[in-house]
Amino acid sequence: MTNRPILMLRTVGLLILLASGVCRPLFAQSTRETIDVVLPRVVKIFGAGGVANLEAYGSGFLISSDGHLVTVWSHVLDADVVTVVLDDGRRFEAELLGAEPTLELAVLKIDAEGLPHFDLSQATEAGPGSRVLAFSNVFQVAVGDEPVSVLHGVIAATEPLSARSGRYDVSYDGPVYVVDAVTNNSGAAGGVLTTRDGLLLGMIGRQLNDSESNTRLNYSIPIMELTSTIRQIQTGDFSRNRDDLSSEVANNFDAIDFGIVLVPDVVERTPAYIDVVLDDSQAESEGLLPDDLIVFANNRLVHSCQAFEAELGQLQPADDLTVVVRRDGALVTVTLTAPRTLPQR
Amino acid sequence: MRRRFNLIAPLLCLLLTVCVVDAAIAVDALVLEAEQQRVATIERISAPTIAIFNDEGNNGGSGVLIRPNGLAVTNFHVVEGLGPFMKCGLNDGNVYEAVIIGIDPTGDVALVQLLGRDDFPAAEVGDSDAVRMGDWVYVVGNPFLLATDFTPTVTYGIVSGTHRYQYPAKTLLEYTDCIQVDASINPGNSGGPLFNADGQLIGINGRASFEKRGRVNIGAGYAISINQVMHFLDHLHSGRIVDHATLGATVTSESDGSVTVDQILPQSEAYRRGLRRGDEIVSFAGRPIGSVNQFKNILGIFPDGWKRPLVYRRDGEKHEIMVRLRPLHSRSELVPAKPKMPHFHKPEGDSPDDEESPERPMPDIPPGHPLAHLFKQTRIPEEYAELYEEREGFANYRFNRVARERIYDEIDRLGEFPAGSWKVAGVTSENVPFQFQLNDEVIALTMGQESFLQNVGEAFRDEPPVSGGLLAAMHHFRLMLIDPEERFTEFYYVGSEPLDGDGEKVDVLIATRGSTTSRWYFRQSDSTFIGYDTEIEPDTDACEVRIVEWQAIESLTFPAVISVRHLGEQVGEMTIESFSVKEATP
Repeated sequence: MTNRPILMLRTVGLLILLASGVCRPLFAQSTRETIDVVLPRVVKIFGAGGVANLEAYGSGFLISSDGHLVTVWSHVLDADVVTVVLDDGRRFEAELLGAEPTLELAVLKIDAEGLPHFDLSQATEAGPGSRVLAFSNVFQVAVGDEPVSVLHGVIAATEPLSARSGRYDVSYDGPVYVVDAVTNNSGAAGGVLTTRDGLLLGMIGRQLNDSESNTRLNYSIPIMELTSTIRQIQTGDFSRNRDDLSSEVANNFDAIDFGIVLVPDVVERTPAYIDVVLDDSQAESEGLLPDDLIVFANNRLVHSCQAFEAELGQLQPADDLTVVVRRDGALVTVTLTAPRTLPQR
Repeated sequence: MRRRFNLIAPLLCLLLTVCVVDAAIAVDALVLEAEQQRVATIERISAPTIAIFNDEGNNGGSGVLIRPNGLAVTNFHVVEGLGPFMKCGLNDGNVYEAVIIGIDPTGDVALVQLLGRDDFPAAEVGDSDAVRMGDWVYVVGNPFLLATDFTPTVTYGIVSGTHRYQYPAKTLLEYTDCIQVDASINPGNSGGPLFNADGQLIGINGRASFEKRGRVNIGAGYAISINQVMHFLDHLHSGRIVDHATLGATVTSESDGSVTVDQILPQSEAYRRGLRRGDEIVSFAGRPIGSVNQFKNILGIFPDGWKRPLVYRRDGEKHEIMVRLRPLHSRSELVPAKPKMPHFHKPEGDSPDDEESPERPMPDIPPGHPLAHLFKQTRIPEEYAELYEEREGFANYRFNRVARERIYDEIDRLGEFPAGSWKVAGVTSENVPFQFQLNDEVIALTMGQESFLQNVGEAFRDEPPVSGGLLAAMHHFRLMLIDPEERFTEFYYVGSEPLDGDGEKVDVLIATRGSTTSRWYFRQSDSTFIGYDTEIEPDTDACEVRIVEWQAIESLTFPAVISVRHLGEQVGEMTIESFSVKEATP
């Protein structure tokens, strides 16, 4: 008789345990187990880059069993073929479903089924002092079926992001988890920040410097900031895609402001060949020539006339513009300076 | 009013602080216990960790003692350029002399001998194959020369990855099968130990990803697995410049994820055992192969000369072969033109900003540094000068000579074998009588009705056919018993290996005359001489002689039964009934 309350307590306890198991999977008991659970949900991504300090690899994570995955919006995706390598070594070509640069977000899809994945509805939040793990394809240390790297750390702060990439302010200014581990290295962007028991907390961001201190930030964007947009892209309700991004960005300068006339922009991706260099222009005095192919502008890959104009559009008066052109098979670097005043249009 | 408020505020703060502190005191007993364990572990693992410097207290890095007699492991790139003698600081505050023993420039490992004690604190060696991602680890060492009393710096982290492959960094150096950690590894940590949570040695820290942010840790450091170091330990102890291995074949990954043979050297043993271009590598050294990196990882952890099993698949059928690994480098690649070992040439163009370049030893100690006085000593300490012998191809020839003499002692005590004409007679296991005649000019064998002849001055042949060259093998046996140092052009200690790839650990001596080479095997557990392999030419299959039984013949000990094998199969067993020597007539 005296045992009965204890028994009841045990039953209730068991029920609570079961219930919590249903609504919030207790992923793991140890760090080893957490890692085993998370690793198959993280992927390696290979795309554009490989030149001028831009890595051609990144990270991502699966959010559906039929191949939806989330990664960071970066130059890596700016390739004809973006390859996704799963934890088991299988390789897939990925399709870009949609992107939201103001959230640093891109959603890809691969043609696969039955994949282990993070359930976005079970993602969670954490505050300063929480112990976390970071998983990513950092430095491309892992290839094929080799597992990605894992780092451990603690959330040091949750603060709005105020950061720069090179000379550009980053448009995302929402909250980020700042961690005490060196999570944001080459290839790490698009990886995941999880709790110690493997619950999804955030997406590791690109390598950015803090606006004020100009020091490298180790941060992740909370998954809660991304969930609704991911859902919209996933379901096709998201209107925005990469084609209408240009309408959003600034249009401060044109090629003509530097004395450059590009070839006519006739197809979607017209290569950024210089057609004419204006007399007595900056372009002429710095030695640019007709038929030079512009491949980089301020360290960003230029794959088309539009991309080059987009870069110029973001310049502020008196900003430097470093252009890399391909001429007779060699790369030539030229630095121009934007006019001191915005042109009258 | 204002003043009063100012008084109250600090009081409030104090009160609040007391409350917070009170709350903080209620720490879970398990947490405190774990903390105590870490404190005890750090105390234990700090003692065998050493700081390494040159005479002036410059350059340097870290290392770890693995035997009480003073054997310590470090990185090759730490001792590179230090000279044969160096100084090592322990956390007891003392500086000890140390001498170089052996180096492995490819694997970035060096073995040094600390001097002056036989009770050094030694690390407990663990099993790096048991390491898993997420395991807690300690990096111990001497980064940035922070401690003036040699109390090492300890950083704590987790294993970020296992079985990592890191490409060669412009030099011979290649990190295979290494352990990636997020504990800080900085310049000066090179050569120091990586310990698991139990304080067992699991790796030697040697490399880090530095990339864009200068030469400080950015969350990815790499340690050479201790299992690799242990495979090479006896090789390093031989005082040689140790080489790594190749299969004689390159592999490539197919779109289906399988790994296949891309190119294969026709003279390699793998080719002779049947491996061909296009065959799928299923497993190597007992580990399944799923990527090119995995294949390279496995190759990287074994010394050249070891036999390793390889399973390949062709037309759906699996084949298992045992292959002796070939040297990765030619001798001239390993030994620079001016062989002032270990004054090894520094790799060129290794700028500090190179991504994932091997870290360099820490910068010089600035003048006036509190340690500088410790290192004002002559280059070669007089009392230890005899411990270093220079010789081409060796880091320190003395250690080879001493090991070779110790091992050869087993043959020496078989007796004083005269150099005359030997007659060895007996009967084979098939009851066929045989008789060898061996002298400096000719080797002859009669077996039943057949006879075989080999002039010593001519190139050795596979006689009797399909034995691998038993006549040459008997000739080498005679030279070995008479006077190997005089009779062979090369005679040295190699290190150890598992006999025939899967057997007991044996010490190996190598003896060469002309193009014929024999490897002599001595069981490590009791030093017994158990047999040898003779290759009549490089890249041919050896005649393998194993001594089954010994007998006393007058004052000499001679084999009673030998087993002769070729291609891993026994070709005959011979029982020796008589042995006699006719002294050479002038």
